[in-house]
Amino acid sequence: MHELPVTESILNVALKHAQANGVRKIVTISLRIGELSDLVDEWVQRYFDYLSKGTIAEGATLDIERSPVVFQCKGCGASFQVDIKAVKEVVCPECGGKKHDLVSGREFFIKNIAVV
Amino acid sequence: MDEIRLIEVKEDILADNTALAEELRNRFSDAGVFMMNLMSSPGSGKTSIILNTIRALKDEFRIGVIEGDIDSMVDAETVAREGVTAVQLRTGGFCHLDVPMVSQGLAAMDLDTLDFIIIENVGNLVCPAEFDTGATMNAMILSIPEGDDKPLKYPLMFSICDVLLVNKIDYLAHEDFDLEAMRERVFNLNPDITIIETSCKTGEGLDQWTGWLRKRIASIRRNA
Repeated sequence: MHELPVTESILNVALKHAQANGVRKIVTISLRIGELSDLVDEWVQRYFDYLSKGTIAEGATLDIERSPVVFQCKGCGASFQVDIKAVKEVVCPECGGKKHDLVSGREFFIKNIAVV
Repeated sequence: MDEIRLIEVKEDILADNTALAEELRNRFSDAGVFMMNLMSSPGSGKTSIILNTIRALKDEFRIGVIEGDIDSMVDAETVAREGVTAVQLRTGGFCHLDVPMVSQGLAAMDLDTLDFIIIENVGNLVCPAEFDTGATMNAMILSIPEGDDKPLKYPLMFSICDVLLVNKIDYLAHEDFDLEAMRERVFNLNPDITIIETSCKTGEGLDQWTGWLRKRIASIRRNA
């Protein structure tokens, strides 16, 4: 739902790094976004195409990798992956514990940019 | 043809906002001001909960309200009638509040004259969960008519809140709402959350809620 402000941040961060490196054009921006985020990849790309017009990032492809939701069990310390929208209950596969900390799944990370 | 090369960025898109939020929290903690970020769907009773909270606490604490809801000026006016400082943000159709927007609201208030600030975030369970506002505490409302499946559909919101008010609890008799299943789903996502059942119509749970809140506001003031 908030693809627009998020996309604007992606563009700004990418342009900042491109300028610092004297780049002519940005070809690809590689992102890692957590599964807990409701961003729709297709819309992020469409907003990006719109916002990046006239900048050196115009026409760049967003390569979005989704990082899984991973919990760490508070009882036994085991880490495990969960398809959060498919399960009704998060249970540790090692000890059956039900109290966990979220380890990953909330990221909004720009990994790198491919440039010429 | 120029060769394509990779530049490592390794930057979190939300990092700016998160850093600003930490700054704001430190400022509040030094000043002894407690800020609550209240989130919910539209129509869950956010304004009613805020009005009841103000009525219960306004004799003990100096209260300010930042209205972020896109609805209209109605909310800020309603709140201002209770005799507290209210600021209406113009979010321009934004789906959430972030630290720069909250800071705009704070700029219109005199922090030295306040103990407790309530942020009424934009009414939805998706976007506000992603953006830290710099609040001392995150609170959310789920009302009975919305259904017991909401923790499954909006897991992030339930996982970032310190307290959940299950509002319109007087509707329980008329709705197919499984309170136990909802509690279990919420505790699975967030074992440390406090759940309080409330109704602004019957008054149920409101003393428990304001009592819980009172302790937290007082403790921030003591430690400042």
